[in-house]
Amino acid sequence: MTLTIDTQANTADDIVATGEGTLFRFATAGSVDDGKSTLVGRLLHDSKAILADQLEAVTRTSNERGFGGDSGGIDFALLTDGLRAEREQGITIDVAYRYFATPARSFILADCPGHVQYTRNMVTGATTADAVIMLIDARKGVLEQTRRHLSVVALLRVPHVIVAVNKIDLLDYDEAAYREVEASVRLVTAELGVGSLGFGDVHVIPVSALVGDNVVDRSERTPWYDGPSLLELLETLTVIDDRDASGRATEAFRLPVQLVLRPQGAVSVAPELADSYRDYRAYAGQVASGSIKVGDTVSVEPGGGTSTVTGIDFAGVDLDEAFAPQSIALRLADDLDIARGAVIAAVDTLPPVTRTLEADLFWLDPRPLAPGARVLVKFGTTLMQALISDVTGRLDLTTLGVEPATTLAVNDIGQASIRLSRDLPVERYAQNRRSGAFLVIHPQDGATLAAGIVTAPGEPTRAGDGSGAGSEVSP
Amino acid sequence: MRAPPMTTTTAHRLSELNVLESEAIHIIREVVAEFERPVLLFSGGKDSVVVLHLAAKAFWPGKIPIDLLHVDTGHNFPEVLEFRDKTVAAHGVRLTVAKVEDYISDGRLAERADGTRNPLQTLPLLDAIAAGRHDAVFGGARRDEDKARAKERILSLRDEFGQWDPRNQRPELWNLYNGRHTVGQHVRAFPISNWTELNVWRYIEREQIELPPLYYAHEREVYRRDNMWRAVSPVSPPRADETVETRTVRYRTVGDMSCTGAVDSLAASVTDVVREVGVSTITERGATRADDRISEAAMEDRKKEGYF
Repeated sequence: MTLTIDTQANTADDIVATGEGTLFRFATAGSVDDGKSTLVGRLLHDSKAILADQLEAVTRTSNERGFGGDSGGIDFALLTDGLRAEREQGITIDVAYRYFATPARSFILADCPGHVQYTRNMVTGATTADAVIMLIDARKGVLEQTRRHLSVVALLRVPHVIVAVNKIDLLDYDEAAYREVEASVRLVTAELGVGSLGFGDVHVIPVSALVGDNVVDRSERTPWYDGPSLLELLETLTVIDDRDASGRATEAFRLPVQLVLRPQGAVSVAPELADSYRDYRAYAGQVASGSIKVGDTVSVEPGGGTSTVTGIDFAGVDLDEAFAPQSIALRLADDLDIARGAVIAAVDTLPPVTRTLEADLFWLDPRPLAPGARVLVKFGTTLMQALISDVTGRLDLTTLGVEPATTLAVNDIGQASIRLSRDLPVERYAQNRRSGAFLVIHPQDGATLAAGIVTAPGEPTRAGDGSGAGSEVSP
Repeated sequence: MRAPPMTTTTAHRLSELNVLESEAIHIIREVVAEFERPVLLFSGGKDSVVVLHLAAKAFWPGKIPIDLLHVDTGHNFPEVLEFRDKTVAAHGVRLTVAKVEDYISDGRLAERADGTRNPLQTLPLLDAIAAGRHDAVFGGARRDEDKARAKERILSLRDEFGQWDPRNQRPELWNLYNGRHTVGQHVRAFPISNWTELNVWRYIEREQIELPPLYYAHEREVYRRDNMWRAVSPVSPPRADETVETRTVRYRTVGDMSCTGAVDSLAASVTDVVREVGVSTITERGATRADDRISEAAMEDRKKEGYF
């Protein structure tokens, strides 16, 4: 494999990323020898995202290590292994983020190492991803680790899953061999429920990261494959925020309140305007889901109040409408008691508040979960004390079946019952990806212990149960 | 403030710049809500100027509730310092300046043999964070700048020595940021982590954000060293064998005069710069920062020691 540094490749016509296109986030996952770093390097190189000085540094190091013999080959893995220990040991330790753009859209790539703390890395990459690329070795087919990765992807409801069947060159581009792997992939994804629960789709592509087949350009060596190349697919898949066919948000409006904007005279607007902002009061946050218009009726939890939207502000610009993931400030007709941690929602769409819930926990800390653990949980902008009252089972990641367990160790995914110290409108993750997700945090050292997704809210808190009482944790 | 074009490509779809802008505002608001004494590292460089602009938007119509901090190496470009002070005054925020010079004159730091002072910023920075009892420190670092920064979190925990432990970082999940920390620890917050150099320039263009003039093409007396054009100045004099010439150049990054190089450029306006950055084949740090060339792990080593 020989690459030349082509400084003429970029011309004025290649100016991409006007900033007005779409941003697409994806993660890569795979076992250690599946050639993931090579695929990422190939994608970056062939889409001209690697600049000359980076390529020069990598070429120099590749030569020093004798990679590629006399051919002047490049060890693509060096492009993504950012830490000294990674380069020295030839392994990838932590999730690395890469940025590239084509004329079609811009990409943020979370490169998740597959061997060390794979669940932790997969979860990190997958929670923000529009798509996950799962790499498998064409000669080995679906391994246990492939099943585990696909299980994580299924549980986290990643919208698009791309299975790249790599090293197809080593199978001499044999269609029958590929079809066999493809069939087993389809079998496993169906079994695990990937793409069958109405939240996503599965694409299978034969590739050679080393040679470049079907990575950026469709390969002539796989005439029996008539689908898109990997990059073509990435350029055309839809972005995460749920839309129906007309482009409208399908999830209900949710605005977790970050803070209340009440400048009370300490304003940044022009002096002659200062008076008109003296009584300004608005609720700042990032729309987590759905959309909202001026004039819409909203409900607020905790408290259960209702009001009408009188204004949507974006740094001095009046908006008629806002939608996920815009950061806005909302003005309401009524003076409700709203503070950080409140949720403003489309009227009558929030579930009743509760103090118990069932959840799947992705345990990420080396210290195992002790039953009865007192923790902090963070839902949206709410941080509160909680108790993990019971561990009810552990998921067998090769089948997603449940096995009995009373404790969870690092990289386990388990089912747990959680008691909250305050009322919360709890939503299932399957219903709302933003409000159904939470962090489990160590109350003393602050470590992120687990990623949680709500599987079932508990019984509604009875009226007069003292809603709003309980312990809010100040950060 | 000028009205931002809330352009969407289709109904209910935000453009790339608007997604990044809303993400950054969300991060800034989260940190201000959860921390007691946040501070923003502000050098007058384009990335910190963009973060300041985003902070102004995040709290509109209120004033920015964040103090500013600059570690002055004593080798900063004078026009950048002038711009810094003008910007601080315009936003009505409070700026603290920690001076490397003070540390050198009383012996707490020693001048390096190569004359560069960027690595010397770490100690005054950590002292200033401790003195201001800051529990959160905003920075304009981006993950596309360097391979070590590509592994940095948006909220990054530092111990009392300011050290970054890349092998023991908190996982960052959904858009839920965990700002919990213990006494002595602080958090570095990078709201524009996901922006590229081109995103930053597109945003500066769209929002008409003012920058120090040396980001645009101008004539300057320079000499060639380490494959870069270095400015002639009292702190970066040419050696006897280096020829001084006047060239039309601009700076892609703005740091210490002793280690920041200029590039040949005719890009005199923001639109020209966007065009230039769009077709560049060299990374901004590779092109202009001598301090990152010391070794392939130069940035990683400095970050571990508490550099931003």
